[in-house]
Amino acid sequence: MAAACESLGRQVNIMEVCGTHTVSIFRNGIRSVLPPNLKLLSGPGCPVCVTDQGYIDTVLQLADREDCLIATYGDMIRVPGNDRSLETKQAKPNVKVVLSSEDALQLARDHPDKTVIFVAVGFETTAPATAVVVKEAAAESVDNFCILSGHKLVVPAMRALLSSKNNNIDAFLCPGHVSVIIGYGAFSEITRDFRRPCVVAGFEAVQIIEGLCEICRQLSTGEPALKSMYPAVVTEKGNIAAQKMIDECFEPVDGDWRGLGTIEKSTLKLREEYDRFDAFKRFHIRQSPSKERHGCRCGDVLCGLIDPPECKLFGQICTPREPVGPCMVSSEGACAAWFKYGQEKIRT
Amino acid sequence: MTKKTKNDKILLAHGGGGQLTDDLIRRHILPSFDNEILTEMGDSARLDLTSGSLCLTTDSYVVKPLFFRGGDIGKLAVCGTVNDLAVAGSRPVALTLSLIIEDGFKMELLDRILSSIAKTARQSHVDIVAGDTKTVEAGAADKIFINTAGIGARLPGVDLGFRQIAVGDRIIVNGSIGDHGMTIISQREDIAFQTQLESDCAALAALTCQLLENVDGIRFMRDPTRGGVAATLNEISMSTGLSIKIRENDLPIKPAVQAAADMLGFDVLTIANEGKFIVVVSPESVGECLKICRNDPLGQEVQIIGEVVETRDVPLVEMETRIGGRRIVQMPYGRELPRIC
Repeated sequence: MAAACESLGRQVNIMEVCGTHTVSIFRNGIRSVLPPNLKLLSGPGCPVCVTDQGYIDTVLQLADREDCLIATYGDMIRVPGNDRSLETKQAKPNVKVVLSSEDALQLARDHPDKTVIFVAVGFETTAPATAVVVKEAAAESVDNFCILSGHKLVVPAMRALLSSKNNNIDAFLCPGHVSVIIGYGAFSEITRDFRRPCVVAGFEAVQIIEGLCEICRQLSTGEPALKSMYPAVVTEKGNIAAQKMIDECFEPVDGDWRGLGTIEKSTLKLREEYDRFDAFKRFHIRQSPSKERHGCRCGDVLCGLIDPPECKLFGQICTPREPVGPCMVSSEGACAAWFKYGQEKIRT
Repeated sequence: MTKKTKNDKILLAHGGGGQLTDDLIRRHILPSFDNEILTEMGDSARLDLTSGSLCLTTDSYVVKPLFFRGGDIGKLAVCGTVNDLAVAGSRPVALTLSLIIEDGFKMELLDRILSSIAKTARQSHVDIVAGDTKTVEAGAADKIFINTAGIGARLPGVDLGFRQIAVGDRIIVNGSIGDHGMTIISQREDIAFQTQLESDCAALAALTCQLLENVDGIRFMRDPTRGGVAATLNEISMSTGLSIKIRENDLPIKPAVQAAADMLGFDVLTIANEGKFIVVVSPESVGECLKICRNDPLGQEVQIIGEVVETRDVPLVEMETRIGGRRIVQMPYGRELPRIC
């Protein structure tokens, strides 16, 4: 890796597109053993972080309704909206943290007098689980259940990043978990259309380093390619059954991302036949345009344009205890990882 | 024929100072802690101690759930206070025991807790010499809260403290870390692999006294409870102005604990322990320290995890990772795991 980087004679920017990679890179101190001209950028790989502010505010509004229960994954409850977060609402009994989509559906079965709204976020990894419960709800006619789909697709986001004129990304370390579902073949369009190396890696320190070595080798030889270094669990075609499940319930539509703006066919919306489980339709929600909190540079962090410490709020008024932006909330968020494991001492 | 009253639950009146209180004390509490000082039932315990220098500490226990693999709130209430006395360089002598019990709490559970307190106190050679019981309305407490205060006789010639710590001193821990916190959180989250996890809850005084009486170069001791090893090491670094370097490869962590922590997104270094101590010891004495620990059931997996080093810029705790990388071990926030002890 060192020889490859040296031969390039310039700064090399590799983006990891997965929050679990981000955390593993920090926990294992991987940055400290890399060649000095190799820079890792933390990309839009944390589901909580990429969720648009408009969506968060919609969830907060729904949480005000007495006739509803909000079922959400734990990470989402601390994301601040314009003036509050779900956590401050959790004292109200209508916000429930669930560990799975099944738990959300069970909540609906257990509370027939309330409408249960499942805050369905995440990439292709969590979307199949949401699809399963939508189908179950349809089969059992659990009509008091619905989902607010904020599910996102990884490949359109990678395309958007590379299409942006500011982009400085030389290669992608592709996400392991997402690749299990969509197959590494899904990244072939990035290599083909943008001529960037795409390498899928596992989450152990050695696997990540192997992935980075392969990328550096490709860059130095000028032959960008698609390669999976995680053959034990990732196949070229992925999990066909899970893809089918997503496809049967959802269709890709244009969607808003934090920092990346609106990306074509990047968000999953429930298909018409499942309209009655679509919280957007049931509550006639027109999502307000996204407005990020003042001074927060989560968007720039997610695009790999800055490292978290370059944000003026970082470690000062934005801390894991009192997060301003979502990247400081989720344990997989780049800011939270920098704060927890960072190279610099953060005075508290 | 006298009517035999039998209460299988705690009532508010059990804390009212009347007949039921007396009944509770005589039937349930006193038989558990049979010692001369307590049975005198005075307003205060009278102790005759030969040591001129004492350690005094207090701690409250609100752990949820009350019973967990490897212990319960009663055992914890004794071990926690005994360990605080032990790592301060004293031999624990006596404890007080205060109970705050919610109306409706099952008497059978109270008896189990009392018997656990008695057993742990006996094993730790401390007497429960004074106590108090209060009851509160249902909803005003969560089942039962316990406070114990303890006094220990300082070991002669022992002077532990941050100021004794010097560059080059070694840092040891007496066994696997993170066991208690991960057991509690897994049991609370009802995670399937909890059967492999067990709290390390144990009283450490016998081992600490043996170490302090036989090893000269011990500078400092602390039990890494809330905030885990990360908090203790950061406290040492901040208080001494020196830095600490630890090695990930040398950290004793059980695979089940690591797996649970990975799954839930916790860093084992920040997870609470209830039967562990960190000892800072001079390089000359570290061998003797390890030898004594390895001969004790509570110290068989003792490890040197790092050492005290010069500070370059600001005092910090740094870890050399398995792949030879470096990362900072920050002071944890301590909001991740409420009510673990």
